[in-house]
Amino acid sequence: MTMNVSKKALGVAIAAALSASVSTAATARETVQIAGSSTVLPFSSIVAEEFGNTYSQFNTPVVGSGGSGGGLRQFCQGVGENTIDIANSSRAIRGGEVANCNENGVSEILEVMFGYDGIVFASRIDRAEFELTPEYVFKAAAAQVVVDGELVDNPYTRWSDVDSSLPDQEIVLVIPASNHGTREVFEEKVIHIGCESVAEVEGDACNNLRGDGRIVEIAGDYTETLARLDAQADAVGVFGLSFYDQNRDRLQVATVDGVSPSLETIGSGEYPVSRPLFFYVKGEHLDVIPGLAEYTEFFLNEMVSGYGSLLEDAGLIPMDEEERGQVLEQFQARTVVSPE
Amino acid sequence: MSITIEQRRQHRLMTIEKSLSTRHRKERRFRRLGLAAVIVGMTLVATLFASILMRGLPAFWQATFYMELYFDPEVIQVEDKPQQASGESQAEFNQRFAAWQTQVGLVNWQSLIDAALQETLDEEIEPRQLRDLRALLSSNERFTLRNKFVEDPSLLGQTIEVKMLASANVDVWIKGNIDRDLADARQQLSAQTRAWADQLYDAGVIRNAFSTSLFLNTDSRSAPASAGLAGAFMGSLFMMVIVIALSVPLGVASAVYLEEFAPKNRLTDIIEININNLAAVPSIVFGLLGASIFIGYLGLPLSAPLVGGLVLTLMTLPTIIIATRASLRSIPPSIRQAALGIGASKVQTVFHHVLPIALPGILTGSILGVAQALGETAPLLLIGMNAFVANVPSTPFEQSAALPVQIYLWQGNELRNFFEARTSAAIIVLLALMLSLNALAIWLRKKFETRW
Repeated sequence: MTMNVSKKALGVAIAAALSASVSTAATARETVQIAGSSTVLPFSSIVAEEFGNTYSQFNTPVVGSGGSGGGLRQFCQGVGENTIDIANSSRAIRGGEVANCNENGVSEILEVMFGYDGIVFASRIDRAEFELTPEYVFKAAAAQVVVDGELVDNPYTRWSDVDSSLPDQEIVLVIPASNHGTREVFEEKVIHIGCESVAEVEGDACNNLRGDGRIVEIAGDYTETLARLDAQADAVGVFGLSFYDQNRDRLQVATVDGVSPSLETIGSGEYPVSRPLFFYVKGEHLDVIPGLAEYTEFFLNEMVSGYGSLLEDAGLIPMDEEERGQVLEQFQARTVVSPE
Repeated sequence: MSITIEQRRQHRLMTIEKSLSTRHRKERRFRRLGLAAVIVGMTLVATLFASILMRGLPAFWQATFYMELYFDPEVIQVEDKPQQASGESQAEFNQRFAAWQTQVGLVNWQSLIDAALQETLDEEIEPRQLRDLRALLSSNERFTLRNKFVEDPSLLGQTIEVKMLASANVDVWIKGNIDRDLADARQQLSAQTRAWADQLYDAGVIRNAFSTSLFLNTDSRSAPASAGLAGAFMGSLFMMVIVIALSVPLGVASAVYLEEFAPKNRLTDIIEININNLAAVPSIVFGLLGASIFIGYLGLPLSAPLVGGLVLTLMTLPTIIIATRASLRSIPPSIRQAALGIGASKVQTVFHHVLPIALPGILTGSILGVAQALGETAPLLLIGMNAFVANVPSTPFEQSAALPVQIYLWQGNELRNFFEARTSAAIIVLLALMLSLNALAIWLRKKFETRW
């Protein structure tokens, strides 16, 4: 008898759990869901919070991380309430990703560029200062370099071996892993340019980084890179400008081609290692998820991402008025990214 | 003859003495080893706790402004707060109220704060110094002010003492968490802001007050000083309720069936082995499973405590089943035989006699399982609970953070000087919760324990 009762109770509990799950699937999601680049995350979160505080009728958007690649993968899973509405990305979407998106039914990919970010090389404050060039970094990081006219496995162990102007310090370079958009910029703007100065290495061979433990790839956040620098005092890390800016008491920044990175030098293009930041909006969700369009337009407001805004304080390099206007116009006209 | 006997006796005694001293030595060595192991373990735990407490405790107190603020009617030019008129429908009133709220939202609340700061500093501030001035206070205090006014519009024209959070960098500066001798270029605050902060601290306007924001606020990135654990706490609470509601009845029911009713055959052996295997599966695997089944297939919402709770239930089930079975097995067969002997049915035997005695063991096992689930992070990362959420969830279907994930997120925040202490404070809160759960388990066991 007792057994029967408990069996019944069990059945009721399971049925209740199942019906609860079905009923949630039916109700509409009311909060904008964002995921992606950890470089964009701080900016995106600040805007989300301000948005929630300013518009009382909308919920505060939820911002997840996962790297640019991870965010775009989630974004391209399909259309529907349990897929994200916005993918943050610190690089432009790739052709393959657009094709994958379209295949899964996400055909209205709206690209929104909202500013620039600089990538800096920084070392511990109690160590020597670095004056780098793309060529030096390439020589320190590549799998193969040219010595005496011959292509050999990278023999350099100290920065002073690469060039006598550099400090006599062990080469350890802490760089973001390939799930980060920052990695692509590091390769394009530093490694590839450095590679061009070495005629013998071409094309894909430029991307071959040494595998003897002197290059450390970090899949997590910049705090992990910073922790690495705490453990290995000689290491030089790759950071976003805003991260460096908030930890200036622990890090010192290296110049690249003699230019020190700052909001001004990156904004003017003088400092070479910078990139635009993006987020991608799912057009199919615009009329379904409340606040999605408003969030995007709020983001592009001058008070939010322009000069003197909160985001500039947080380390974003703003776009000028004209650029911002263009991006907003394109978004409002729903200009879709094509697979090419 | 007698000599040889005497010799043998001597020889035997010597052998015994020798072996006895070896045995004593062995015993002493073993005891010392055991003691050393305990000391090493205790030292490690003590170091861990000491370092967390030392870093985290200061974060429970936070630089806070206590100053007079004037709700200037020249700045706050809004209509009276609407009251619901008789005969007005709820919808109409809501619309009127929303319009009023928008109007209130457009008021330049920041200028009130600026004015109050200038008054307190007794200085005229030029417009170009506004940036330095605003760096003193947490940037979202203007919304706190707005909310205060929405609640009580009679504040208009009054001067009241308000309590406002100093910005994270001011807190870091006052606590000395950044080297105060560093050059200007390496400081987060300008020289002017630092001078003001010191001046106000000496004047008692900035005080180190108990940080209620740590408990009452949600996570914040635009104003890190106000980042708190409220959202994460609610998320964890919802998950624990789901875990308890699902895993305890399911776990106990399956353990009772397997232990007391199921026939002992090949099939139940296989089930038993697999339950043990399941208990050894790394938690991240449950996260992957949860992401693909609950979110991918069943379409449950991302980042929701509901999914987190379901995933953690899967993880906790084997622990509870194993603990319950062990506790059932430890009950002497004589109890069952006695009950059956006086004519009780099998079900009566189990529910009236065996289960009550096994209760302390079952409770302890369940609580330890739940405590483990409370601290689990890895599976939650995979179902999107590591998102930045600035709302306190009101149902388990809404997006939310969880306590261990909040620790992970703060640990990764770029404002290291402020969040290192904040992270340790969050760890202290989580540890306190765990310890109270464990204490509850011990108390329950003592209360219900039967001694033979």
